[in-house]
Amino acid sequence: MSPDQDIDSAADRREFMEGVAVGGIGVAFAAALPITATADEPVPPARGPGQPVPVKLNVNGTDHDLKLEPRVTLLDALREGLHLTGSKKGCDHGQCGACTVLVDGRRVNSCLTLAVATVGRKVQTVEGLADGDVLHPLQLAFIKHDAFQCGYCTPGQLCSAAGLLKEGRAKSDDEIREEMSGNICRCGAYPNILVAVREVRQGALKEKP
Amino acid sequence: MTPFDYTRAEGSAAAVKQVSGSAKATFLGGGTCLIDLMKLHVENHDLLVDITPLPLDRIEATAGGGVRIGANVRNSELAHDATIYKNYPALSEALLSGASPQLRNMATVGGNLMQRTRCPYFRNGFSPCNKREPKSGCAAKDGYNRSHAVLGVSEHCIATHPSDMCVALIAFDAVVKTHGPKGERAIPITDFHLVPGDTPDRETVLEHGELITAVELPAAPWAMRSHYLKVRDRASYEFALASAAVALEVVDGVIKTARVALGGVATKPWRAADAEKSLVGQKPGAPAFAATAEMATKGVAPRQFNGFKVALVRRVIVRALETVAAMK
Repeated sequence: MSPDQDIDSAADRREFMEGVAVGGIGVAFAAALPITATADEPVPPARGPGQPVPVKLNVNGTDHDLKLEPRVTLLDALREGLHLTGSKKGCDHGQCGACTVLVDGRRVNSCLTLAVATVGRKVQTVEGLADGDVLHPLQLAFIKHDAFQCGYCTPGQLCSAAGLLKEGRAKSDDEIREEMSGNICRCGAYPNILVAVREVRQGALKEKP
Repeated sequence: MTPFDYTRAEGSAAAVKQVSGSAKATFLGGGTCLIDLMKLHVENHDLLVDITPLPLDRIEATAGGGVRIGANVRNSELAHDATIYKNYPALSEALLSGASPQLRNMATVGGNLMQRTRCPYFRNGFSPCNKREPKSGCAAKDGYNRSHAVLGVSEHCIATHPSDMCVALIAFDAVVKTHGPKGERAIPITDFHLVPGDTPDRETVLEHGELITAVELPAAPWAMRSHYLKVRDRASYEFALASAAVALEVVDGVIKTARVALGGVATKPWRAADAEKSLVGQKPGAPAFAATAEMATKGVAPRQFNGFKVALVRRVIVRALETVAAMK
């Protein structure tokens, strides 16, 4: 779906979403998203609460002007509005961590964050970790230590680990495990994720004067 | 989620006016519980008033030697605050045992007070549930009720209160400060949450549109010797099966002050006041702790699958008290 494509009427969407709520996560991926138009398109006539509003998102250092219904989550705005599909929709309920991004430098679940509530804040996604073609040390360590299999949770693991490094509290292996516990890996790559995060953390310590 | 409008609060009074003026409006804090439940269509609102821009994000010393915690302070900030860590360690431990680092970065103190149950029959949106749909019945009573409460239950609801933070707050005699349509008030946290009785849909004493502005902890030198112990199905990122926030003040080998608060086993953050009183004047040790644990579980009403919680929470109380007694 392209961001400038208008989709179903609000009423149709509502019925569909209600059906999806019972149907479960698998179906939710196919759900029509209430993202309607870019900023310069005309606003449709008001039909009750939840009309699209202008939302300026700063993502990976770039401002984007979107027009979003207030109910659009940051995750959906990133993926469907800006086509930054690195952040993943796993559970969509804050239980798996695949959607983890950094907002003002702090790791959060973008699936439980409203896009409209992040106006004026700085969002960093996995796409913004690397410096051009130069990968972030965490990305290099994940590759070196084979810290993933299917890769679906990896963007969330990387953003979460970046948050962990910024927080600077996790020192022992047990503390790294605990501080990474908000990111579930169904492939079970945890031992290698731990090694990768530990290595970057130790490297970061060495670099500090 | 059904469509809703969003607005940023421009002052506490304005936010209170906006929410109290519309039956389907509510406050948005960190959103970790609210957005989740709105996605499940368990909660539906037509207006969210975002209170996070309000200047309620400070942790300050009070004139009386206690601490005032702004309602918008994030769970992670509170947990790692040096004063809280040193003077009220069970509160730090409770916060850090809850949810994940991401969720703790989002969740606010005010929001945690308003956290709603994880009862699957409440969350699934279609089972009979007196909390979600008054007078519709309770599917948990004779359903799979392993995670449910054994204390403070009624024939209408056995849903467990999910918060860890509130268990520590209730042990420390916290006071919830609010700003409502009728003005400001201070509510002792023991009075803040309600047992379900025959109105499980009513979970706190707050009126519609009443905003939590802060939580105050009174000065409590004995709180430095406190501990939060949580037992759950996995090592991290899971709700409590049973938990306890305890504190002991021991003078000349005799207990002068005791606190025993329970989580994971009750319909609201649970203060075992009689059990605390029974400890005063006793020597700290296994016999006194076992008797206290027994007393704390007086009146339990287990169902088919949660009977194990009675023995479990007794052991949690004893171990937590032993840990505190061994502190220097």
